[in-house]
Amino acid sequence: MSTQVAPPLEKPRRAARRKPPSAALYEVVVPLIATAAAFLVWEAICQAFKVPSYLVPPPSAIWNDTIAIGPTVFWHSLATLKTVLLGFVFSIAISLPLAVLLTASPAIASAIYPFLVWTQSVPKVALAPILVVVLGSNELPRIVITVLVAFFPLVISSATGLMSVPPELIELSRACRASKWSELWRIRLPYAIPFIFAGLKVAISLAVVGAVVAEFVNADAGLGFLIVTSTAFFKVPVAFGALIILSIMGVVLFQIVVIAERVFFPWSSGNAPVAS
Amino acid sequence: MITLNRVTRIFDSRDGDQITALEDVSLEIGTNEFITLVGPSGCGKSTLLRIVAGLILPTAGTATIGGQPITEPRSETGIVFQAPTLLPWASVLDNVLLPLRMMRRMDSGSTDKAAALLKLVGLDGFESKSPRELSGGMQQRVAICRALVHEPDILLMDEPFGALDALTREEMTMELLRIWGERPKTVLFVTHSITEAVVLADRVVVMSPRPGRIAEIIDIKSPRPRSFHVEGDPAFHDASRRIRQLIFGNRHVDPGRAAA
Repeated sequence: MSTQVAPPLEKPRRAARRKPPSAALYEVVVPLIATAAAFLVWEAICQAFKVPSYLVPPPSAIWNDTIAIGPTVFWHSLATLKTVLLGFVFSIAISLPLAVLLTASPAIASAIYPFLVWTQSVPKVALAPILVVVLGSNELPRIVITVLVAFFPLVISSATGLMSVPPELIELSRACRASKWSELWRIRLPYAIPFIFAGLKVAISLAVVGAVVAEFVNADAGLGFLIVTSTAFFKVPVAFGALIILSIMGVVLFQIVVIAERVFFPWSSGNAPVAS
Repeated sequence: MITLNRVTRIFDSRDGDQITALEDVSLEIGTNEFITLVGPSGCGKSTLLRIVAGLILPTAGTATIGGQPITEPRSETGIVFQAPTLLPWASVLDNVLLPLRMMRRMDSGSTDKAAALLKLVGLDGFESKSPRELSGGMQQRVAICRALVHEPDILLMDEPFGALDALTREEMTMELLRIWGERPKTVLFVTHSITEAVVLADRVVVMSPRPGRIAEIIDIKSPRPRSFHVEGDPAFHDASRRIRQLIFGNRHVDPGRAAA
């Protein structure tokens, strides 16, 4: 509390510049080696015990079979990525206004909450075929499913963030006779940023899940569709390939959210609640 | 300037009980007077401050500023809280400018005004720093600048130095007296510290709890400018002793005499 000014920024920055070798070692190289080792063990077990490739294919078979239909897989990946991103964007577009409404007044919150809980308690896999009938066999029901799977944690954490403002600041804003809008824009929303990003990290991961669920039910493209069709023809290695691409997609999208927070809201990282 | 006439404030608690935070409080505060409110927790000091701020309304009685009843916050009042509550994403300068932005009163001179205030509290050169880079005392100085930037004639301070360590606290108390000397204002200052209350005030309002009432108003006659040296002063000593007596009864005042 009584510490004087933090040391000038020059020093830590130079220290950070010297640090990368070891930081990169632990953040990138070690996980890569561990992953490669896991694949090697997998390959070795499959070869040693002669596990049939239609049960558990070895990584080499997955690689070969997936590369063999490379352009098709790429096209399916793009279709899924499109659904994920559209679902994610619509989740944000729905969640932030909902969070603002939820925190606006207890009456509005009580009116909205039952609907929110309903969207979470209804099984999305069961809802999907119904949505296809209602909305037609196109991209729309897939996006709706993705949004339904992804938006809830974002609403809750954004609402928590909007309520996390110290009461003194709200008093200060009232004492300044500021409008509700100005209070939201200048105080509440920026305060909620770390919470919103915690929600975004969960939402982007769930969006991938939601897109695949939607593709299982209704799609003529996408990695979910690829998994369904290839397993139907016992092309298990291709299904595994699609699975691996999906998990890579999830990790990369998650990291993009993390980096976006660091770049655009540097003061936010470190204040953030732990993302579940 | 500020007149409280038999102000009572009752809060409804969650279990349906009614809590009387303030009862029958009457107080007359003159222009540019420095008033400190001292008393144990739960004596309604903060409630009184918030009534003057217009953040809450009295249940009974009237509160007026310059003859006008206080029905809502007025823009010529500045507030400092116990925690600095600066915006972590904004620079020191932007934090000071926040009230002007919220009031839509930014103009070409605003930045210079904010910079001049930061200079006044000894923070020139820190304009573009982030609040995180400042110590607790420095952050509270920024909060004081923020309360002064719209040139209020009333400054309300709710235990502003309560979260600071003892040494920083004394330093800030002197700092506040200097600022008040340069830019006179009507100040209402809530504190738990009897020494602080006496060093700062023209008059100390001692309050008693449950329900919150004014126990006594004590004039502090020590000459200004003051410093903590007045602690040795007999007038200062008498005032502090009287305040202690009012708050604790006769128990802790003077063990020697109590035994006799």
